[in-house]
Amino acid sequence: MSDTATKTKPITILEAINTAIADAMAADDTVLVLGEDVADPEDGGVVGVTKGLSTRFGDARVRSTPIAEQAIIGAAIGASLVGYKPVAEIMLMNFTTVAMDMIVNHAAKLRFMSGGQTHVPIVIRTMTGTGFSSGGQHCDYLEAWFAHTAGMKVVAPSNAADAYGLMRAAIDDPDPVLYIENLPAYWTPGEAPETGHVVPLGKAKVVKEGADVTIISYSRVLNEVLGAVEAMDAAGVSAEIIDLRTISPWDKETVFASVAKTGRCLIVHEAVTQFGVGAEIAATLQSEFFGKLKAPVARLGAPYAPVPFSKPLEDAYAPTAARIAEAAISLSK
Amino acid sequence: MTSNYAPDGATQLEIYKRAALLKANDERSRKVIMTGRLVMPYYSYRGQEIIPSAMAQALTDDDYWVTIYRGIHDMLAKGMPLNDLWAEVAGRVDGTCKGKGGPMHLTYPKKGIMVTTGIVGSSMPIANGIAWGSQLSGNNRVTVATFGDGASNIGAFHESLNLAGVWKLPVIFLCQNNLYGEHTAYEKATSVARIADRGAAYNIPGVRVNGNDPIEMYAAAREAVERARAGEGPTLIEAMTFRFHGHVFGDSDAYMDKDQKKAAMDADPVPIFRARLIAEGIASEDELAAIEAQVESDIDAAVEFALASPFPEFDELTKDVYAEGVAA
Ligand SMILES: Cc1ncc(C[n+]2csc(CCOP(=O)(O)OP(=O)(O)O)c2C)c(N)n1
Ligand SMILES: [Mg+2]
Repeated sequence: MSDTATKTKPITILEAINTAIADAMAADDTVLVLGEDVADPEDGGVVGVTKGLSTRFGDARVRSTPIAEQAIIGAAIGASLVGYKPVAEIMLMNFTTVAMDMIVNHAAKLRFMSGGQTHVPIVIRTMTGTGFSSGGQHCDYLEAWFAHTAGMKVVAPSNAADAYGLMRAAIDDPDPVLYIENLPAYWTPGEAPETGHVVPLGKAKVVKEGADVTIISYSRVLNEVLGAVEAMDAAGVSAEIIDLRTISPWDKETVFASVAKTGRCLIVHEAVTQFGVGAEIAATLQSEFFGKLKAPVARLGAPYAPVPFSKPLEDAYAPTAARIAEAAISLSK
Repeated sequence: MTSNYAPDGATQLEIYKRAALLKANDERSRKVIMTGRLVMPYYSYRGQEIIPSAMAQALTDDDYWVTIYRGIHDMLAKGMPLNDLWAEVAGRVDGTCKGKGGPMHLTYPKKGIMVTTGIVGSSMPIANGIAWGSQLSGNNRVTVATFGDGASNIGAFHESLNLAGVWKLPVIFLCQNNLYGEHTAYEKATSVARIADRGAAYNIPGVRVNGNDPIEMYAAAREAVERARAGEGPTLIEAMTFRFHGHVFGDSDAYMDKDQKKAAMDADPVPIFRARLIAEGIASEDELAAIEAQVESDIDAAVEFALASPFPEFDELTKDVYAEGVAA
């Protein structure tokens, strides 16, 4: 067994992901890892998420690949069709764009197009997120593209325990899962999960209960939402905070129950607001709660612009605790 | 060519049985569409029958195959049952994919037919993964990826050959070079005279064969299969052939060189093979006629089966998006 169970001190998100994959590989010989630089001779990944895996499980099961995203996802799909559970890394989310055919036309659709004769149990890990001055091609949040593709599942953990539990669930899920990691948040410590801890896909979590407004978020900016609590409390606004965790299929039950109670909702994500995940949730809520809402559902995301390089502009791009508090307070007036 | 793998008479007859089925099935498909009994996008493979017939003869049922929209010949050669095929292209619930895949997405894992893709070039990256699975499990199975000449110009081809070369995967890249990619002639779109030469760039043996010659095609197929099973890695086979009926059913062919097309059709590989079997005493006229009659009646039965099969219920629309019982 892995050493997670004995860990009581906090671990980082990076460690949680690493441990989840290791535990899954130890439990199941069919779990594979592939991607650019993922094996130990290549440093176990550009930020070390897969460190130690090739040493422990061998380089047949953990393979560094050429820089060839279509070939990576294709290899994952093919192996999954014959009984394996590959965890493929696409180094950065922007690089999924050169593998979109494999993901959208194949991974997502083979179950349906084959009438259920085949299926594609793969996990595509990918990292992204503003904050490291990467500019326009290295930190986009493109989750809406995948959530819009029937057959894909999309998850985005905000903390170490969920990172572990969602990875375990994603690896064992019979369908393709895009697993979004946030680069600046990798080193955020959090409560260590127990070995085998599973966060079921499609289940959101009420992180904090409140009465006045429901705030829905996921991935790193969920922590910005938590950072806004003090200011909201000071303004007399009691926020209920939901970590969506799985973006598709999303947990309508938990969200509906909360909005039924608060009558207000703010959706916060780092992706461009326009045509984003928030739009889908907002539209669903407006029709479900028409006439019962105390205010129109609000969204807070990035402006309609590529991610800028210049630091002050980059800092102004993704939602911050201050802007979240402001939006929630004005919504609750 | 490698004569160590020359097919004996019995093997040649098996290849012919497949080729006769493929040819008759294409002719019937075009007739059924022409008379309005079925509506489907149809990419005729007439003229290319020998390639998969010989390739499949070099494989076992357990070996895998990933093909493309122009792939019904590949599927039939690999053993997809006619009823399952016809019901599928008719969009019926008894089709191999319950009617939800159609002619461009035929799938039949029971005979190793894992994926049919409508995306040019995309058979290859997935074939690599299946072959990786065989390499890991040591099941000694080989995976074939078929694709066209045009597909050798898309990135997926190059990424796939490189990865297969680096990982020494038990995969065979079988290019059916019919000299056209949609409406564009080979030399207008391809920088090399021979696609087989592209293997060298990835340290993969590349061979060009006359894909219309069952002896040559079978020998190349066998050699590639033996290489793959021996753990020596991938092979690129460029099988030269010709597409008799344009890119898709209903296109005018106006872009094709008329003399070239006539010459190719005059050299129709299936009747030539047939005549050779008789001339060499491998089979008699009566034997071959019996095979062909059987094929026709099998196809008759499959078409009737397909047209009598019901359409899928509307609840199939949202089934198989995710696994059963998973919330959407
Ligand atoms: C990525 C992609 N681009 C374009 C098309 C449209 N298309 C379908 S078949 C085809 C020609 C392919 O030619 P070739 O690879 O030689 O195969 P053939 O059809 O001759 O068997 C094209 C351009 C497609 N299906 N996929
Ligand atoms: Mg062609």
